[in-house]
Amino acid sequence: MSGTDHLDAPTGLRDVAVVAFAQSSHTRRTDQLSEVELLMPVLHDVLKQTGLTANRIGFTCSGSSDYLAGRAFSFTMALDGVGAWPPISESHVEMDGAWALYEAWVKLQTGEADTALVYSYGKSSPGSVRDVLTRQLDPYTLAPLWPDSVALAALQARALIDAGHTDERRLAETAVRSRRAATANPHAQLRGSADVEELLRQPYEVEPLRRHDCPPISDGAAAVILAAGDSARALHVNPAWIRGIDHRIEAHQPGVRDLTESPSTRLAATAAGAFDAPFDAAELHAPFTAQEIVLRRALDLGDGVPVNPSGGPLAANPVMAAGLIRIGEAAALIHRGEARRVLAHATSGPCLQQNLVAVLEGAAGTEGGAR
Amino acid sequence: MSKQPVAVVGVGQTRHVAARQDVSIAGLVREAAVRALEDAELGWSDIDAVVIGKAPDFFEGVMMPELYLAEALGAVGKPMLRVHTAGSVGGSTALVASNLVAAGVHGTVLTVAFEKQSESNAMWGLSLPIPFQQPLTAGAGGFFAPHVRAYMRRTGAPDTVGSLVAFKDRRNALKNPYAHLHEHDLTLEKVQSSPMLWDPIRYSETCPSSDGACALVLTGERGAARAPRPPAWVHGGAMRSEPTIFAGKDYVSPQAGRDCAADVYRQAGVTDPRGQIDAVEMYVPFSWYEPMWLENLGFADEGEGWKLVEAGVTEMDGDLPVNPSGGVLSSNPIGASGMIRFAEAALQVRGLAGEHQIHGARRALGHAYGGGAQFFSMWLVGSERPDH
Repeated sequence: MSGTDHLDAPTGLRDVAVVAFAQSSHTRRTDQLSEVELLMPVLHDVLKQTGLTANRIGFTCSGSSDYLAGRAFSFTMALDGVGAWPPISESHVEMDGAWALYEAWVKLQTGEADTALVYSYGKSSPGSVRDVLTRQLDPYTLAPLWPDSVALAALQARALIDAGHTDERRLAETAVRSRRAATANPHAQLRGSADVEELLRQPYEVEPLRRHDCPPISDGAAAVILAAGDSARALHVNPAWIRGIDHRIEAHQPGVRDLTESPSTRLAATAAGAFDAPFDAAELHAPFTAQEIVLRRALDLGDGVPVNPSGGPLAANPVMAAGLIRIGEAAALIHRGEARRVLAHATSGPCLQQNLVAVLEGAAGTEGGAR
Repeated sequence: MSKQPVAVVGVGQTRHVAARQDVSIAGLVREAAVRALEDAELGWSDIDAVVIGKAPDFFEGVMMPELYLAEALGAVGKPMLRVHTAGSVGGSTALVASNLVAAGVHGTVLTVAFEKQSESNAMWGLSLPIPFQQPLTAGAGGFFAPHVRAYMRRTGAPDTVGSLVAFKDRRNALKNPYAHLHEHDLTLEKVQSSPMLWDPIRYSETCPSSDGACALVLTGERGAARAPRPPAWVHGGAMRSEPTIFAGKDYVSPQAGRDCAADVYRQAGVTDPRGQIDAVEMYVPFSWYEPMWLENLGFADEGEGWKLVEAGVTEMDGDLPVNPSGGVLSSNPIGASGMIRFAEAALQVRGLAGEHQIHGARRALGHAYGGGAQFFSMWLVGSERPDH
């Protein structure tokens, strides 16, 4: 089943690349669309980019949440949309699609498949996503208190400000930079921003966070195609090679964590080889402005590295897809020849509890090169 | 690209019961994980990554519970993945963990699957509300009963076959200390006269609703060499999925199940499953699924599965014992049920199945399915290291 690609001697890992990426135009609500209807155009797009059909894909893996969908086994409807006939080799994670991509990457590493379709989607609009996300918390000690996602992020921002790592102005600057960058991204939901002075005149949402510090509520979907070795070279002239990918989790209770640090991001980045060479850009899954500061510190990303040229999750935040979109946007920069080495990051859980880091590299003799 | 050999060196499960009111969800999963580590004589620091699986989050009312379980499973600072592929999830979770070792990404992986069904009502949790589905079915039994009826009509199997399977599995469960149902007084007549729930499925032919967890420690060749007890080697593993509903779908013998088995047998070099496989742990939530899966998995020709049941072939002392542990009919923490099948298959080839050990079992199949008979996961484990 394995392709003709060479084995990478030091690690024994295969060269795997992102060869296609597609996403929806994310919006505040999609009342007229089911999750499947939201996803279908994205699947068609990503398959069309490669000329592949669902039954020619070696492995399929998706990420989604029953709690967002409001029903059990919601992913089965999406699978019907994929058209899993004849039967396909397929799996699903109840996680952001970035982790579905990780599972697919592992599958390609076994040599049992040479190509993989990864997709994820989420509709936050049918319910109150702030309330829904409280159901992620420890059911005995935290969830009964219903601390919502904005309140928890505000605790993290407060800790960061108190530690002297940022201030409200710098947070506002992050929001302005992200949403102005999104003017060039037709898929983004919030494009453009008032200036910092105007934003700082607004009332607090949950102190110290104002509305601009929070992500929009989004419905959206994304899909990526992975391919190994020669299959990747055949499907894209400039594949975005995954030079390293790793993910780590931290303790759940916010009270036992130092919320100004992200040791799990640091560990994942180290394992993914992120510190081996500088980056041309980074796509960070930081739904709240203060979380970008935490991640920049964990990743040693100075002001010279452009962060979230797509606008990032502050411009569109379809829960369950926003992490996969970071990997897709990072790959797209390489596909378009706008960057050679890009870091992609995804997160899950309250206050950046779980983090994934991927290092993507493009052409210019990098095959078999730095890793 | 050659895969690294994968070995099961630790197996742990909880004593499955209707309601574990003495432990939290974290306590339940940790109990199984600790038993698997003890079996492997390993500590938390020996584990490189954790892969956890369960069925829908609504069963416990916790969204993505792995986040809250990170500490209980010693995952802090490690990679943690959460799999959800409906009823097949316990099997799929073990396969995702196995792939991490096979790919050379990790050396030793802990995988855990659970369900604490007493936190909610699983039957109604499985009955989708409007607008997702018309209110025609109540629970999984309501969905599967017509397909059982189709099997009976297609094969001419006598009405009693289902009761034979149920009676066998519940008798086998008496030899398994971890099984939920220990019905010492059960007779075949009692099974046959139990209330009809979803015609033709009777009460005693239906799986219980259980609280339980199962855990496995998977490792490579070096880990297996250090293991204190015999390992079970993974000879083949696969997943297959097909859509829920489409014109031409064969609910009685889904193509995805056939394809999945064929892939596993190819990997394991099995050409005659009936002759080469010594024990089967098959996902049989309703008794009639034993003859149906016997055909789907290639142990019997089409229309012949029920004859193996009638002839006693699948009994503990038959030549193809099916569910010596008592199976899903005797314990059903849904998210864990698939992994329990995989674990029990491993125990058989390790020779550690205790009173329900099949003497001399060298190859065993673990099987799980889920959704609308559309998700399949299987592995074949052996007592010998695979030579490919």
